[in-house]
Amino acid sequence: MEHDRALLMTDVGGLTICPECDLLVQEPASAEASSFTLLCPRCSALLRRRNRNSLENSLALVFAALVLLLAGNAFPIVGLDIQGQRIETTVVGAAASLWQEGLRPVAVLVLLTTTFLPLLELGTLLWMVLPLRLGRRPPGFVRLFCVLRLAHPWAMVEVFILGVLVALVKLAHLADVLPGAAAWCFGGLMLLLATLSIVVEPRDLWQRWEEARP
Amino acid sequence: MRCGTRLCFRKPNSIQRTLAFLIAAYALYLPANLLPITVTRSIFGTQEDTILSGVAYLWNSGSWAIALVVFVASVVVPLFKLFSLTLLVISVQRRWHWEPLRRMKLYRFIETIGRWSMLDVYVVTILVALVQVQSLAAISPGSGVLAFAAVVVLSMLATMAFEPRLIWDSLDNPLPKEFAP
Repeated sequence: MEHDRALLMTDVGGLTICPECDLLVQEPASAEASSFTLLCPRCSALLRRRNRNSLENSLALVFAALVLLLAGNAFPIVGLDIQGQRIETTVVGAAASLWQEGLRPVAVLVLLTTTFLPLLELGTLLWMVLPLRLGRRPPGFVRLFCVLRLAHPWAMVEVFILGVLVALVKLAHLADVLPGAAAWCFGGLMLLLATLSIVVEPRDLWQRWEEARP
Repeated sequence: MRCGTRLCFRKPNSIQRTLAFLIAAYALYLPANLLPITVTRSIFGTQEDTILSGVAYLWNSGSWAIALVVFVASVVVPLFKLFSLTLLVISVQRRWHWEPLRRMKLYRFIETIGRWSMLDVYVVTILVALVQVQSLAAISPGSGVLAFAAVVVLSMLATMAFEPRLIWDSLDNPLPKEFAP
């Protein structure tokens, strides 16, 4: 509680420290407008951005992304048609075949970056945003914020999609390739995650957290 | 403060940790490019492919756009990243005053592009999973994939360990007197 008050006082001063170059920035008076973007004048880092309805938008995006992620793991991502014989693989199946070939660290890395970490990121966001929308403080909010920050750079759905495309092109000379349902799911997931990273604004979440019931 | 991560305002031992990850990544860079990433066994014999020969294969088979994408993602990006990060570490240690904004933008740039190097790892994963027709051809992963994945992860860790605020320090606190010219 002590720290909370201290931080509120720095907020009253309207000063922000740039997280990338440590410059002290005076927040403009128009900062209470409903939608704005504030950049650091020295290194042009994003200091603060506020959108209208950011909680509602992020909730909708998180739900949609979760559906796509689950479907993307349930269906085969690519298939091959070799002389009538059909071979398909899912993401987990592809990682499993790497595991069997003895490249266990790489298998774990692939599974982490394409499935587990996006799932963790989406689950964490849901856990944080849903109670805040209802005006309550989600338990473990502080730790989850760190989880979110650590997981974010390692979720690489968009790179995976490009990898699938390249693999399809490589195999096109060998056999008929059929992009599976999961490929479309991951494509959509990529777009949703990109939008989500714009909509979710950490400082807004903290502000809602302070206003919410403990 | 509030979020529990601000106890240390800056990343501790940034330069040492960045350098450690960087050196490890450099050390693995050669094996990653020289060892085969895929081994194709077919009725025509066994063929080993490295990252570069994979690019050459794509180029020769006419898909030059894809070849270019793969070449940029798995050859240009890792090299560019390693060199620029080395430059940044040197510039911070020597307390250069040169173009801080440009160095900052360089840092942000390598932070964004780093993840795209994972491309080849995913390609190999899918090739290995799909091409398992024993009678026709079977692709198994080579040890190059392991080295390459390690290079990508290590260089990402190096980028994360680097503290961009150090770029601005030499502007805020000019050199101590005994070092001034």
